Amino acid sequence: MQIEPSKGINHLRDLYAQFNAIHIDQLERRWIAISLMVIGLFVGIITIDALFHGINPPGKVETIDSASLHLSKEFAEDNLGVQVDEKGAIIIRMVAGRYSFFPKHIDVPAETPLTFRWVSMDVLHGVHIPMTNMSTMIVPGYVAEITTTFPKPGEYPLLCNEYCGLGHNHMWSNISVIAKEDWKAPVKSPAKGEQQ
Amino acid sequence: MNDAATRKLALSHLWVAFAAFIVACLMGEYQVLERSGFIPALDSAPVYFASVSTHGVLMAFVLTTFFIMGFGYTIATTSLKQPVWNQPLAWGGFGLALFGVVLAAIPLLTGKASVLYTFYPPIVAHAAFYIGATLLVVGSWVWCAIMLVMFTQWKKANPGQAVPLAMFATAANAMLWLWTSAGVALEVLFQLIPLSLGWIDTVDPGLARTLFAWTLHPIVYFWLIPAYIAFYVFVPKQAGGFLFSDEMARIAFIVLAVFALPIGFHHLYMDPEQAKGWKLLHGIGTFVVALPTLVTGFTVIASLEIAGRLRGGKGLFGWILTLPWNNTMVLSVILALLMLIFGGFGGIVNASYAMNAMIHNTAWVPGHFHLIFGGTTIIMYFAIAYYLWPMLVRKPLFSNAMALTQLWTWFIGMVILTTPWHILGLLGQPRRISSVVYNNLLTLAWKPYELAMIFGGLILLGSACLFVYNLAKTQMNPSSEAFAQEIEFAQPIHAVTSLPEYLNSLTLWNKVIAVLMAISFGFPILQFFFMKTFGSSAWGY
Ligand code: HEM
Ligand SMILES: [Cu+2]
Ligand SMILES: [Cu+2]
Repeated sequence: MQIEPSKGINHLRDLYAQFNAIHIDQLERRWIAISLMVIGLFVGIITIDALFHGINPPGKVETIDSASLHLSKEFAEDNLGVQVDEKGAIIIRMVAGRYSFFPKHIDVPAETPLTFRWVSMDVLHGVHIPMTNMSTMIVPGYVAEITTTFPKPGEYPLLCNEYCGLGHNHMWSNISVIAKEDWKAPVKSPAKGEQQ
Repeated sequence: MNDAATRKLALSHLWVAFAAFIVACLMGEYQVLERSGFIPALDSAPVYFASVSTHGVLMAFVLTTFFIMGFGYTIATTSLKQPVWNQPLAWGGFGLALFGVVLAAIPLLTGKASVLYTFYPPIVAHAAFYIGATLLVVGSWVWCAIMLVMFTQWKKANPGQAVPLAMFATAANAMLWLWTSAGVALEVLFQLIPLSLGWIDTVDPGLARTLFAWTLHPIVYFWLIPAYIAFYVFVPKQAGGFLFSDEMARIAFIVLAVFALPIGFHHLYMDPEQAKGWKLLHGIGTFVVALPTLVTGFTVIASLEIAGRLRGGKGLFGWILTLPWNNTMVLSVILALLMLIFGGFGGIVNASYAMNAMIHNTAWVPGHFHLIFGGTTIIMYFAIAYYLWPMLVRKPLFSNAMALTQLWTWFIGMVILTTPWHILGLLGQPRRISSVVYNNLLTLAWKPYELAMIFGGLILLGSACLFVYNLAKTQMNPSSEAFAQEIEFAQPIHAVTSLPEYLNSLTLWNKVIAVLMAISFGFPILQFFFMKTFGSSAWGY
């Protein structure tokens, strides 16, 4: 079936005329206009934030074999925790498994961008540091990457916030946020195998 | 509703719904008690999670689905003035769905399906749980088919005439549900059932979450639409006025059905398996779907104002006082709107992309949906039940005063339950925990709020008992006093004269949905088949 463009346009015009023929009260039109403006405002803010200010949820689609993390270089046991890479960026590699986050305790500097890389070694977990926006789901098979900055030094818990089994409420660990000037970069962990 | 067979069909559905409801309310109260830790003897994670899983399934799947089916049969037969098409088939759907519920209840109650009502893999439940849930959904598809057939047959028999608004909305809901349930059906049939039976070794939890997100948003509208139907077709008449606009109501239902579907990724904002561009797209759609709710709020309030003024109300707010507050439908809508306004603010926080990170999966989330689902939606289910019951059992309501008390206590209980729940979320409490064992000072601040929730739950439980008691008493009333009242649908201020075909039919919208779904879910689902992914094997819990 071929549709000529003019036919298509006429069809649209028809639809529009029909739409205009139905009765919509003046007041209601005004309300719809206001609603659309409010919605437009919200959508605009979110879009501009996302596109120009980089305010985005985690969403780097990166896969990993959760069943053999120990064989992966990146998430091998002695490569976990806080590291400073060549460019000076702070990368924190963490593994979630029933029922804790590993390493169980880390020190990080305040007022500094931190990139967390989370993986699960078993089921679905979530991690949240209360009162901060350090929150992500940890889905087996994927690396959840999130970059954030903690404004205030202090002791914070890391809590699992997705049901992961009967011990879900026991799943937590600690993070110390240290004043920027007091924080010392950990000695770069030796590559796997070089230890001892 | 002269037809005794239809009344029996509707009543059977509604009784299953409310039986599930009262059992689940008992569990809800147990849950707030258990998780508070005030009664050490109650402390048990296995019992808690068996209970939450059952409570969630009963409230979200059983109460809603059976209520919607029973309500749909009532609307279809009364608004179209036709008997149910293929009554035996309707009973078949009922039987199948009920059998599914019983099948799923066995592993749920014995702790073999403590996977919560969202059953995220790779944690796996007993296969009977998934098979039972599937049968419930298939039973509801039978209902969808019957609604759509009755809608089409009526249109054929009455060419050029506007389908009654109530039926138009019911048919739109049936179409919505067919589209909605497809996502979770794919997940259950191709991933969970095979995994739980050992036919396959691994599933991709990322794909599973994506398919579940397809269902998770629009399902909420499936539950909500009966409440909206009551807003448009019952409330204006009960308040003593007119419907503000019939056409706008249709537009609202269409926008609701169409835009509810392609936006599920707001449930995946914090997930790693979908890219941020898709999340932004779904995020924008999420704000668009607020439009029909804003329009509905306007229409309902306008209809109430008309009624209030017709009853002699004067001044800017004087009309509110002259509304018939002792009418269960009118009281319900007022309380529902109040909860919708509070819940709406919470919803904006959830939907906003960046703010979502603060409250994602905290206690804020169950606080939010108890308010808007357990509150706004369910209070309208009560109102509908109070309105229909006398016509279904042909006896006057046992006690209107008791019904009014019940509605007020439900509202008060919900406020007392959900306000602290929201605060707990802001204070960092994760959802779905059976007790608080974090060795942290932060948790001291949680105690008083958990105590308040116990009282809120207690009021709700009492209210739920009053509700079921009132309905049972009405039905068992020995009086043979003839009760011949019929359902009255509200009349619009302006009679519908020229209705464009696309506001009287679902064909076009079905195609629009297909296109939107292909755009918003096509690539995000296909990506799992093109990139190198690693499945997860099944885990217990
Ligand atoms: C007596 C009143 C009620 C009380 C005290 C109550 C309490 C609770 C509690 C404590 C939870 C567990 C939440 C968590 O672990 O994070 C829960 C879950 C749930 N409730 Fe209720 N509830 C009540 C009524 C309702 C109603 C009326 C509905 C909806 C119709 C509802 C729907 C749900 C759902 C779907 C869940 C599952 C949430 C999940 O798995 O995270 N509840 N409820
Ligand atoms: Cu966990
Ligand atoms: Cu949603």
